[in-house]
Amino acid sequence: MEIKKINDTTWEIPRTGKMNVPVVFYSSARLLKLVHADRTLDQALNVACLPGIQRSAYIMPDAHQGYGFPIGGVAAFDADEGIVSPGGVGYDINCGVRLLKTEFMEEEVRDRREDLLAGFSREVPAGVGKGGAGRLNKKTLFEVCIRGAEWAVENGFGMEEDLLRTEEYGRMKGADPSILSQRAIERGIPQLGSLGAGNHFLEIQKVEKIYDAETAGVFGIRKTGQIMVMIHCGSRGLGHQVASDHIRLMENTFGIKGLPDRELINAPIQSDPGGRYFRAMTSAVNYAFANRQMIAHRVRRVFESVLSRSQGMDQVYDVCHNVAKFEDHEVNGRTKKVCIHRKGATRSFGPGRGEIPEVYRQVGQPVLIPGSMGTASYLLAGTSEAEKLSFGSTAHGAGRVMSRHQALRSFRGEKVKEDMKKKGIELRATSWKGVAEEAAPAYKDVDEVVRVSHEAGLGRLVARLVPVGVMKG
Amino acid sequence: MQKFLFLEHTGDAKFRAYGATLEEAFANAALALVSLMWDASKVADKKAYSVRIEGRDMEQLLSGFLEEILYLLDTKDFLLACVEKVRITRGRKSCFLKAVFRGDEISSAYEIFGEVKAVTYNEMEIQENNGAEVQVVVDL
Repeated sequence: MEIKKINDTTWEIPRTGKMNVPVVFYSSARLLKLVHADRTLDQALNVACLPGIQRSAYIMPDAHQGYGFPIGGVAAFDADEGIVSPGGVGYDINCGVRLLKTEFMEEEVRDRREDLLAGFSREVPAGVGKGGAGRLNKKTLFEVCIRGAEWAVENGFGMEEDLLRTEEYGRMKGADPSILSQRAIERGIPQLGSLGAGNHFLEIQKVEKIYDAETAGVFGIRKTGQIMVMIHCGSRGLGHQVASDHIRLMENTFGIKGLPDRELINAPIQSDPGGRYFRAMTSAVNYAFANRQMIAHRVRRVFESVLSRSQGMDQVYDVCHNVAKFEDHEVNGRTKKVCIHRKGATRSFGPGRGEIPEVYRQVGQPVLIPGSMGTASYLLAGTSEAEKLSFGSTAHGAGRVMSRHQALRSFRGEKVKEDMKKKGIELRATSWKGVAEEAAPAYKDVDEVVRVSHEAGLGRLVARLVPVGVMKG
Repeated sequence: MQKFLFLEHTGDAKFRAYGATLEEAFANAALALVSLMWDASKVADKKAYSVRIEGRDMEQLLSGFLEEILYLLDTKDFLLACVEKVRITRGRKSCFLKAVFRGDEISSAYEIFGEVKAVTYNEMEIQENNGAEVQVVVDL
């Protein structure tokens, strides 16, 4: 495979053989070694062969091997002739991140962190299983799937303004929950409002560094030491079931002949199975928006009970990391509608895009990139350049470099917690093994990931946030 | 004989499960899957579910079978301890599996240390000659 270096942050695999487009990846000499070590590039080549793909298959700086599509991959397909693929979205549909600002400073919160974390674990169901967040009926679940965060706000979870500061305004259009299987419904009902487990978390952070004071100000960040809260979770079992159901449905309709990887199963967007997946996926997207909306509300309630106030806890933004949607982008000098797949990638729209709320339209949308447990997270701003470079997308996190098993062999949960404490981070988790699996060295260096993002022009640095209290899901 | 073995995989988890028969390899794959979340040997035998799975081929059958564990966890808080009475039959157009899942409900007595989001077809392999062997990658 020929790899051409374009500049210090961009490489290209030119189009050959069955590829419809080249593969373009944003990386650095250091991150590139990691990409070479697994199957990321092979998987990207497979994506470049899919019907109707436009411009290039793009790989973000945090990419690693996935299944079918790589994680950290962006691909856009012609809205008429192209395909839609559940594997291009991932199993955790609309796994995403929400960031709340607060008016508290570090010193006001430092001694109350344990109380806050204890409050989180009381109020926000976490872990595996039913979740125990409450009981909905099917009719209410359908409403959640159609109206997303809007449903949550109307039912007392949070504020109207939160919706303004959410991708798709917290309600993606085109959902049809009547397509959901009985199993998806059964999994969705008990888990609404829950965090889940694995790499999902609720984090109290402080602003450690501001790179661009003007943009930070627009996002609600005034000075270093300011306390923020980050929520990372997705659509839980409902989303996973939608992905599995529609992979199966597409296999049974189209067969699996000729697929280099069965997870690349796809359907023409305009076909019945393609449309059904899209409408079911949209239902899961909205479920995840409602989920994070409910958790944000409970976070504010905990702050209120522990610190006696929650004023000024405005939402900065809420972004999707796993999603497919229709957007207008420039292809061959003309604006056209494409079905963009972001799998482990964040939308990074620059100034002027109609999809972003008016308050941010001068500076570009907030882009939220969480680090791994115990490391920094970043707030970036979207750029107009990114629209040309990556269909308006950038990285979504650190990305693993070490398997969970290797992490378990290398770290002890107790030690990880102790080390975090030394760095000033309070950790609350239900399992030591779970902590060891998520230890920071098992992940890529998020600092390097955002540096590449900034230098390549995919998203520009606004602020660096470091954790002071973590509740691990 | 070793029941299962984990292989290196950066983002997710990849395992191979073994058995004298395909049925046994499937049952051991179930144990490998739950070993990512809890210790099956510590789960009491208090509940049982009879499961029936259908798939267009063996891969779909294996994926459906393992997904059933995640479905019962999400909807019944069920922790699998072991799989019994696995029977696989091949029809003209489909494959079928019947089995009994034994285990207990989630409680504070059990440590749960991870979550498996879904079973994928990525690098899935099913081999039968002189015993059986399956390989699965799961999404974490």
